[in-house]
Amino acid sequence: MKADAMARSRVIPPLIGFGSLALSVLAFEVLIRLNVISKFIVPPPSEIAMSFERIIVEEHVLQRFVATGSEVLTAAAMLTVVGVSIGVLLFQVDILRRATETWVAAMAAAPIVLMYPLFLVIFGRSPWTIIMIGFVAALPPVILKTIEGLAGTRRVLINVGRSFSMSESQLFWKIMLPSALPTIFVGLRLGLIFALINIVGVEFLINFGGLGQLINELAERYDLAGTYAAICFVILVSIIVFALTERIERWLTPAN
Amino acid sequence: MAAIVQSFDSKASATPSSSDAIMRVEDISMRFSTPDGVLTAVDDVSFAVRPGEFLSVIGPSGCGKSTLFNVIGGLLGGYEGRVSVAGETITGPHASIGMVFQEESTFPWRTVVDNVAFPLELSGMAKAQRVERARHFIKLVGLDGFENRYPSELSGGMRQRVSMARTLAFEPKILLMDEPFAALDEQTRLLLGDKVLQIQQQLKQTTLLITHNITEAVQLSDRILVMTYRPGKIKRIVDIDLPRPRTSDIVSSEAFGRYVAQIWSDLREEASRGMSDDEKTRQGGHPR
Repeated sequence: MKADAMARSRVIPPLIGFGSLALSVLAFEVLIRLNVISKFIVPPPSEIAMSFERIIVEEHVLQRFVATGSEVLTAAAMLTVVGVSIGVLLFQVDILRRATETWVAAMAAAPIVLMYPLFLVIFGRSPWTIIMIGFVAALPPVILKTIEGLAGTRRVLINVGRSFSMSESQLFWKIMLPSALPTIFVGLRLGLIFALINIVGVEFLINFGGLGQLINELAERYDLAGTYAAICFVILVSIIVFALTERIERWLTPAN
Repeated sequence: MAAIVQSFDSKASATPSSSDAIMRVEDISMRFSTPDGVLTAVDDVSFAVRPGEFLSVIGPSGCGKSTLFNVIGGLLGGYEGRVSVAGETITGPHASIGMVFQEESTFPWRTVVDNVAFPLELSGMAKAQRVERARHFIKLVGLDGFENRYPSELSGGMRQRVSMARTLAFEPKILLMDEPFAALDEQTRLLLGDKVLQIQQQLKQTTLLITHNITEAVQLSDRILVMTYRPGKIKRIVDIDLPRPRTSDIVSSEAFGRYVAQIWSDLREEASRGMSDDEKTRQGGHPR
C-alpha cells in the first residue's frame, strides 16, 4: 500500500499510534529491568499496570476521576459562556478591547496557580477554589481567540449580509459567529489544556479533591507505581474532555 | 452586422428619456479624502436601466467601478446624486437590488441548499417552502445534485454560481454583479457567461454588470457603458446589437470582434493613463 493510501486509511494511523505507544512502554520495561533506568525513579510499566487494581479498590481512584472530571467540565462550561461573552464584548466595544487586550494576553503567561491562597480565602477549601483557578487561568486563550475569530470575519460576507438588509444582531448571529466558530474552538481547546493542568495542579497543591490530591498522597508515600497509574487517569480525563469537545465542534461546524 | 457605437458627449443622452426605466442613476459623484488631497472616484455619472435589460459598466482599473457598485448597492454613503429603483430613492441596502460580489462569498459553514435558502430564511419563510425554492434556483444555475455539499467541496466557478443562486432566490428587481467571474479562468468564464445568458433569458432578469473584461461585457450585454480612468465618467454608451438568445459561440462572430475592437480602442487610452499613473505613484512611493 502506498504511503498516502495508508495515511487515508481509517485503521492504519491509529494502529501505528497504539503500536508506537506499546513499543515505548515495552522499551521502558526492558530498560528498567536492565537497570539502565532506575526503578526508583520510573517504576516498570508492568508494576504500574498491576497497581491499577489497588488504586481502584483501595484509593477509590474512580470517584477521584469523577471529581476531577466534573471540575474540568464545570470550568469548561463556564469558560464557554463567560470567556466567549467577554471576547464578544471586547470585540464590540473597541475602546475596551484596545484598553485590555494586552493585559489579557499577558495574563495567559501569568502563573495564576500561584495565587491559590487568595482563591482559598475567597472560595474556601472547596471544589470551587479548584474550578475557579482552572477557569481564570484558561480565560485568556478563549477571549483572545474569540476576538480573533470575530475580527477575522471576511468583509465580503458582512457585505452579503448587509445587501440582504440584515440587522446588526442578525449579522452577528448568522454571519460573524458561525464564521468565527472554528477559531473560537481553537481557543476553547487551548483553554481546556490550561484548565486541566491548573485544576490537577491546585488539587495537588492544596491536597484536596480529585486526582491531584491522590497523586500527592501516593507520591508522599513513595508509591511510584500508584502515582503513575493515577497520572494515567489524568490523561484519561484529558482524552474524554477532548473527545467531547471534538464531537461538539463537529456538530456545530459540520463543514470542517 | 455593423457595430453601433453611439458617441456620448452630452449629458442629455446620459439619462435615457425612456420613462419605463426600472433604475435610474443620476449625477452620482463620489469623492474620497486621501493624504494627497481629495480624490474624485466617480464624477457625475448618470444612466438608466430598462426592465429586462443586461447593462454592463466597463472601465480600466481605478475608474471607480467598484465604488459605483457599492453606491448603487447601498453599501457606501456620502455620495452626491441619486439612485432610484422604480421611482423610489435608494439610501441603503434595498430588497429591490441583489448583489453578487467579486470575491468568493458563499458561507463556508452552510451547504449549497442552506446558502441559497439564506435570504428566504431571513424573510421568515417556512423551511419546507424555502428548501423547495432554493432547489429551484440551484437547478437554474446548474448545480442540482450538489445541494448537500459544502462550498469547500466545490470549484471556484461552482461557488460563484451558488452566490448567484442565493442572490436570485432573494428575487431582486435588479441583479447587480461586480466582476463575479474575475477570479476564474477564461474557459470557465465563457461557460458561466452561457449560464448567465440562459438564466437571464429564463427570468428576464434586469442585470447590471460591473466588469473590466471586454469579451464578457460584449457576450452578455444589451448595452455597455464605457468609463474613463480617474475620475470615472461615462465616456461612451455602446449598444450591442447581437442576436438573442446568445451563447458563447457568439465570440467567434465577426460582429463580436468588431464590438470588442471598438470598445478596446476606447478603453486603451484610459487603461494606459491608469498604467502610467500607477507607475508614477510607485516611483513617488519608492524614490531611488
